[in-house]
Amino acid sequence: MVHRRAGKIRALTMADKLIVRRLDAWFKNVQALRDINLSFPENNVTAIIGPSGCGKSTLVRCLNRMHEVVPGARAEGEVLLDGENIYAPAVDPVQIRRRIGMVFQKPTPFPTMSIEDNVAAGLTLNRISLPHAERDRVIEKSLRQAALWEEVKDRLRRPGASLSGGQQQRLCVARALAVEPEVLLMDEPCSALDPISTARIEELLLDLKTSYTIVIVTHNMQQAARTADLTAFMYQGELIEFGDTRQIFTNPVRRETEDYITGRFG
Amino acid sequence: MLSDLGTSVAENVAVIQREQRRIRVHVRLFGDRVFNLVTIALGSTILLLLAALAVVLIVKSTPSIEKFGLSFLVTSDWDPVNDVYGALPFIYGTVVSSAIALLIAVPMSLGVALCLSEMAPDWLSRRLGFLVDLLAAIPSVVYGLWAIFVLGPWLRDHVESSLGTYLGFLPIFTGPHVSVGMLTAGVVLAIMVIPYISSVCTDVFRLVPQTQREAAFALGATRWEMVRMAVLPYGLTGVIGAIILGLGRALGETIAVAMVIGNSPQISKSLFAPAATLASVIANEFAEATSDMYVSALIELGLVLLGVGIVLNVIARLLVAAVAQRRFGEER
Repeated sequence: MVHRRAGKIRALTMADKLIVRRLDAWFKNVQALRDINLSFPENNVTAIIGPSGCGKSTLVRCLNRMHEVVPGARAEGEVLLDGENIYAPAVDPVQIRRRIGMVFQKPTPFPTMSIEDNVAAGLTLNRISLPHAERDRVIEKSLRQAALWEEVKDRLRRPGASLSGGQQQRLCVARALAVEPEVLLMDEPCSALDPISTARIEELLLDLKTSYTIVIVTHNMQQAARTADLTAFMYQGELIEFGDTRQIFTNPVRRETEDYITGRFG
Repeated sequence: MLSDLGTSVAENVAVIQREQRRIRVHVRLFGDRVFNLVTIALGSTILLLLAALAVVLIVKSTPSIEKFGLSFLVTSDWDPVNDVYGALPFIYGTVVSSAIALLIAVPMSLGVALCLSEMAPDWLSRRLGFLVDLLAAIPSVVYGLWAIFVLGPWLRDHVESSLGTYLGFLPIFTGPHVSVGMLTAGVVLAIMVIPYISSVCTDVFRLVPQTQREAAFALGATRWEMVRMAVLPYGLTGVIGAIILGLGRALGETIAVAMVIGNSPQISKSLFAPAATLASVIANEFAEATSDMYVSALIELGLVLLGVGIVLNVIARLLVAAVAQRRFGEER
């Protein structure tokens, strides 16, 4: 794999959990992603940063085939999960989404479900009919992983919508973790949250990366600097620079990256 | 001197502007008051109309209420020759024909609505939605005619015979196959309420936030699982509202029912047999009601129909409130 901007973009590593090769994406006729090539190593947090409209959300939504849920949206190229192309014709996107979990910008608990039913929603889908005790154990484990257990353990049967915004977002993290995905995608998970809830989610990322591969899209550069091992900078649908977080923030190679992280635009 | 002049001009301008503003505010406040009065007046008209309607129905049906009392509601003799009236066959006919209608219309409408909101591409959905709305605009007498000449005979020759053959052990599917009767009325009612229920349900489903759908998809839901997990629960209150709207329409529908139900004041165990509803009997017999008691009894049927409508609306509201309560819990 030869790159036009060798040296500025971390080389594709075939051992990585998730590999993106020559990925293009469109909304109707508008091209949102151009020739994206990068890979996400296991047990790392990788941040994707860039100004609004640069395609970072589109990229992360291409990683579990959520992009194509939007009418008129399509993607071409390869995304390899453990070496298997999830865009191959025979692959069922439903199966892929069960292996690659996602947390959205706004908390999206199912409003008619209780807290515990929200956490178990994915289990129900996967027709994992667990014995009652086992189901309770998975719910507790997921809520503990999402650092929400202590706050909700006495009111698991209350509606998910009765929680605060930050708690709802952690509920969505628990819901995504309950099905034990291999990769966790987070699309600006803190943009609707207060600083305290944001700090809790960030702590969570550091805990979770021991067992998951995490990709986080963020608007907040401090957040990327605090949580991510690797950082990718995108601009106008292209990947501009990708490498070690510290290097990106202290010694960026590309001019655009430097302008963005020093606040000259974006 | 010149600066004095400037100051006084400025002062005058300020005074004029202040005055203009005061007048403007005054005019606006006046307009606001007029608006309030007009809206209150229009709003009260509704109450007055409803009250007037209820009063007239009650006054006109007093002779019948005084003579038969509560037994009017629970007896099934309808005998104009001897001036004895009981409403039970019509209450039964109204409830059963509407129940048949909903039994058929609700699943079909949900299917139509889900197809329009979740499956069909935008351009198709808009065109089909227009056609569905068009169905609601067809006059009920036209449905009635069509039911007499097409639907009734078809049901008699194909549906009733198979129901009789395969489910004949159930009392509701016994007896001779005729083209007019409870079943035909129920089916034509179903066809008439489908556009209402499906149109409202389509709008309700379109209001479900895309984020809810994506949340379900992201957990690995198929399209059907997404509908069950995100769309249906979120739209439940709206769906209940749509069903009640359809039910209200089915209960009160007069002409199409009168044309195909057979107009027989009896309670039969078979759905194939002729029957009558509150609305159909009023339409059929009012013109030939000769005695005062006959007229009064027919008007009391109208009162009962109004009562059934009110009770159903109250139940619907309680149901919607209960669902909303369950959804948002005590904290909201």
